[in-house]
Amino acid sequence: MSTEARKPPPQIALKIRRILGGKAGWNGVAVQLAFAAILGWIGYEIVSNARANLENQHIAAGFGFLRNNAGFDVNQTLISYTGSDTFLRVFVVGLLNTLVVSVVGIVFATLIGFIVALCRLSPNWLLSRVGEIYVEIIRNLPVLFQILFWYLAVLAALPNPRQSISLLGIAFISNRGLVIPSPIGGSGLAPFLVVLAFGIVAALALRFHARRALFQRGQVIRIWPYVLGLLVGLPLATMLVFGLPFTFELPQLKGFNFAGGSRIIPEFVALTLALSTYTAAFIAEIVRAGILSVHKGQMEAGASLGLSRGATLRLVVVPQAMRVIVPPLTNQYLNLTKNSSLAVAIGYPDLVSVFAGTSLSQTGQAIEIIAMTMGIYLLISLLTSAIMSVYGWRVSRSLGA
Amino acid sequence: MKRVTLALTLAIAAGLSAQAADAQTLKTVKDRGMLSCGVSQGLPGFSSPDDKGNWTGLDVDVCKAIAGAIFNDPSKVKYVPLSAKDRFTALQSGEIDVLSRNTTWTISRDTSLGANFTGVTYYDGQGFMVKKSLKVNSALELNSASVCVQTGTTTEQNLADYFKANNMKYEVIAFGTNDETVKAYEAGRCDVFTTDQSGLYANRLKLANPNDHMVLPEIISKEPLGPMVRHGDDQWFDIVKWTLFAMLTAEELGVTSKNVDEKAKLENPELKRVLGTDGNFGEQLGLTKDWVVRIVKAVGNYGEVFDRNVGAGSPLGINRGLNNLWNKGGLQYAPPIR
Repeated sequence: MSTEARKPPPQIALKIRRILGGKAGWNGVAVQLAFAAILGWIGYEIVSNARANLENQHIAAGFGFLRNNAGFDVNQTLISYTGSDTFLRVFVVGLLNTLVVSVVGIVFATLIGFIVALCRLSPNWLLSRVGEIYVEIIRNLPVLFQILFWYLAVLAALPNPRQSISLLGIAFISNRGLVIPSPIGGSGLAPFLVVLAFGIVAALALRFHARRALFQRGQVIRIWPYVLGLLVGLPLATMLVFGLPFTFELPQLKGFNFAGGSRIIPEFVALTLALSTYTAAFIAEIVRAGILSVHKGQMEAGASLGLSRGATLRLVVVPQAMRVIVPPLTNQYLNLTKNSSLAVAIGYPDLVSVFAGTSLSQTGQAIEIIAMTMGIYLLISLLTSAIMSVYGWRVSRSLGA
Repeated sequence: MKRVTLALTLAIAAGLSAQAADAQTLKTVKDRGMLSCGVSQGLPGFSSPDDKGNWTGLDVDVCKAIAGAIFNDPSKVKYVPLSAKDRFTALQSGEIDVLSRNTTWTISRDTSLGANFTGVTYYDGQGFMVKKSLKVNSALELNSASVCVQTGTTTEQNLADYFKANNMKYEVIAFGTNDETVKAYEAGRCDVFTTDQSGLYANRLKLANPNDHMVLPEIISKEPLGPMVRHGDDQWFDIVKWTLFAMLTAEELGVTSKNVDEKAKLENPELKRVLGTDGNFGEQLGLTKDWVVRIVKAVGNYGEVFDRNVGAGSPLGINRGLNNLWNKGGLQYAPPIR
């Protein structure tokens, strides 16, 4: 007699039942679908109700306003912008200002955070107390007050432009910000950039080659003279042939302010300072926890191999600690980016200030503008998380975990 | 601020503002027993709280006059302090019944915000304030200056237009609130502070040494300031509009808060019409016959309100100028009550 195996039920249906229904089986799936339908209906009602209300009150709606002229100026613009550009360009200008303050803030916060953490863990009594005091003071004060403090402190400490502090006569510090000479491209710019790019690529290739030789054959190749030649010698030689790649435009005091040169505005300095020192206090605690999570036997093992304390930390402890550090560190990066929206208090033209503030008030289109602003913050945060996840995954992989 | 905007936005989005859509503002106000009035966060002369939390100012008196006309009690007002960029959202969402917050009447605000201006309570114009030590005598000498301004105002756009038209460069630093702007100006972050000229005089009083600062003579824009109400409720629009006209008419007829009762007894036909002993204009508005008497008793006529808050009787000491009555060389003109 032949026993025919019963045909297995289609896998996909089972999977749906398990994920959505749980123990309740198909009934559970039905409940879930009904719930989703209700949520969808509520969402639809909110949108259509808002649209009807706007129409009743004759409030302008839609995204057409993005093509209208903004008609106001912005203090710090990374791309060219004048008052006759559109609201869409204002959006981009604000977004770039938010991004630049976030990226610079994240870099400094990470650096300061690691240094403070290492101070706190140091066997030196004075250093560890200094680290502890830093963390306890900074993380316990509201960040808005710290931003205002730095802003007013920075402004109060600086003279007006006519009495500005001169740095070798080419850069000037005043309460209008730091003015530095700005480079202007000359005839030799294009060949210079090409040669520099070639130099960087060649130097990276050399380093890759040298590391492979070290890991596979245990052979040490000295590459730094070649790298130096590629990165410095070659561009210098190009300059001799093609002429200077750029000349510098020196800032000069004209009337109330400096004309020419590039400028870093005090609002940017104050905001970056406040955000990075504030976030650094949290990062310091995260790093400290991460390092303490590595068994102290690792430290002793490093010492018994004859490594210095610094080398043990760098080569043995920190790589293992990173696995614990990365997820909460991501949170801090996200917090810093979101806290940058407090910029409006000190007149730094970030996204919330110029777009969700000025543009909203000029156009009155609150729903569209707030939705766009929320959307872009969500996007920035998700991208940051994604990058940090990839980094965290690489760290764990390299540890073989 | 951000949270306020967000909350208000969500309120609109969710359609929670039931009274925003229907045309029953007067009924809503009566049921609530309070007028909800949007004012500034503190601009001396126009709307600012004193040390006991009592609001005073020209814009505040408009709120009091409306409350006086409705409830015969000028204290029945809930003041909602709003920043420049939150003010329209608060009106749209129904959070406030009337916006009386030194707001400039422009065509875009009249047409795209779902709200209407009811009149002009103060004819203003944008000016500049500088430190005397800069030795500047005209706005045309301000090339390459740094300018502090409050964000979300017509001021910001006028500024851009003015410097562009005169081919001058400048740096703009925009702050969220009036106080932050003034603080940055005082800290030396900018050479120039710009806002409506009345605001310049008002803010100068807040500075440590008012006499070290001067207001430049140039007026670079027209800034007619007035109250705003939502679209779609003509009765409420009329009430707010005619409250101002009632104050102006009272001044024109010499009716003041002190002599209003005697004037009401006179046999002058125009006085009888205006003060409600003859005709029923007040009832047609949805108010009472003696609505003008109530308004004048609440705050006085327009001249009294002006003098007390921004004019000769106040620390600001601003001349009537354009804000004088039409028959005294100004622009203030009320249509007849008949």
